[in-house]
Amino acid sequence: MAEVKDPSEGVQIDLISGERMDGLTSMEKIRLILDGVREGNIVILEEGLSPDEESRLIEVTMTEISPDEFNGIEIETHPRSDTSDSSFLDRLMGKESTKKLTVIGPANQIETLHKDETLIQTLVSRK
Amino acid sequence: MGLLTNLKSSIARAASTLFAEEESKRIGIYGPPNAGKTTLANRIVRDWTEHGDAVGPESHIPHETRRARRKEDIEIERNGSTVNIDVVDTPGVTTKVDYTEFLEHDMEKDDAVRRSREATEGVAEAMHWLREDVDGVIYVLDSTTDPFTQVNTMLIGIIESQDLPVLILANKIDKEESSVQRIRNAFPQHETIPLSALEGDNMDEVYDKIAEYFG
Ligand SMILES: Nc1nc2c(ncn2[C@@H]2O[C@H](COP(=O)(O)OP(=O)(O)OP(=O)(O)O)[C@@H](O)[C@H]2O)c(=O)[nH]1
Ligand SMILES: [Mg+2]
Repeated sequence: MAEVKDPSEGVQIDLISGERMDGLTSMEKIRLILDGVREGNIVILEEGLSPDEESRLIEVTMTEISPDEFNGIEIETHPRSDTSDSSFLDRLMGKESTKKLTVIGPANQIETLHKDETLIQTLVSRK
Repeated sequence: MGLLTNLKSSIARAASTLFAEEESKRIGIYGPPNAGKTTLANRIVRDWTEHGDAVGPESHIPHETRRARRKEDIEIERNGSTVNIDVVDTPGVTTKVDYTEFLEHDMEKDDAVRRSREATEGVAEAMHWLREDVDGVIYVLDSTTDPFTQVNTMLIGIIESQDLPVLILANKIDKEESSVQRIRNAFPQHETIPLSALEGDNMDEVYDKIAEYFG
């Protein structure tokens, strides 16, 4: 991956496609997310995580929190409508729940200003 | 892959109910910090066991519970039949813990750091339990606060994805700012039961529903 820039210059955003995530195991996905977030980046997942992966993400985040260094994560998901892009079979297989745009960032740098079904406003501050 | 895992886990679950017919169902009490989970667990234990020792301490400071605590073989009687459950009180789930917030509650830095370390271990443990060791969930929310948070949405999603029966409780209805409807709107796919775990309001309906969902 590209070298990490000086965080004082700005905030890096990693936009990760669903295709890229598809090839990874759950733990690899969680590592990719947390490595990015711990460097101070905002990670945006095109297709989000499965509920099981979300549960593991919380668990691994907890084990990595350490005082004055890492306070954990802020996570926001933006569900897509069930009916428009997933078939009945998809829903039966539990696929629909993973297709949600997900924004993850360091807890001390990201703050949700407003959230409704159509808009999420987030304030991202530098370290 | 999803189908296979689902199939495997439903077979495992079916097998475990087959062979463990007499055993108590293990019910996890989940929810955000400070919702009143321990207050509820203590009330259940006080109402249905002889000794009624408290499950754990209650406190207005978040992350009071930092270890999942189990109380076994609670027999709840409803309409002439009994329901056996083990109650597991869990630490409030969150995605972040900042020890400096505990300093505002007049805590020394050492204590605040220790509390935060224990809290993170406890939440990790609670997430693990949720994936492996519970048969049903009581999800407790403080009805005076906004239920539409990311943690609540994620947790309910995780619980649903495992096909666990879940009862949503809107706690602290004794407070003036309480809004049960706000919780119903946030989770319309589930039944929401109002209560005050502190005052004991509406506990009859809570026990009826526990028997109905987990019996
Ligand atoms: N007014 C009112 N206060 C309540 C009620 N239930 C709990 N509380 C208070 O809310 C605070 C938190 O209660 P706990 O039972 O410790 O909450 P918890 O969910 O176990 O919190 P953690 O263990 O920190 O996650 C305490 O001060 C309780 O007295 C209720 O029904 N009404
Ligand atoms: Mg507690």
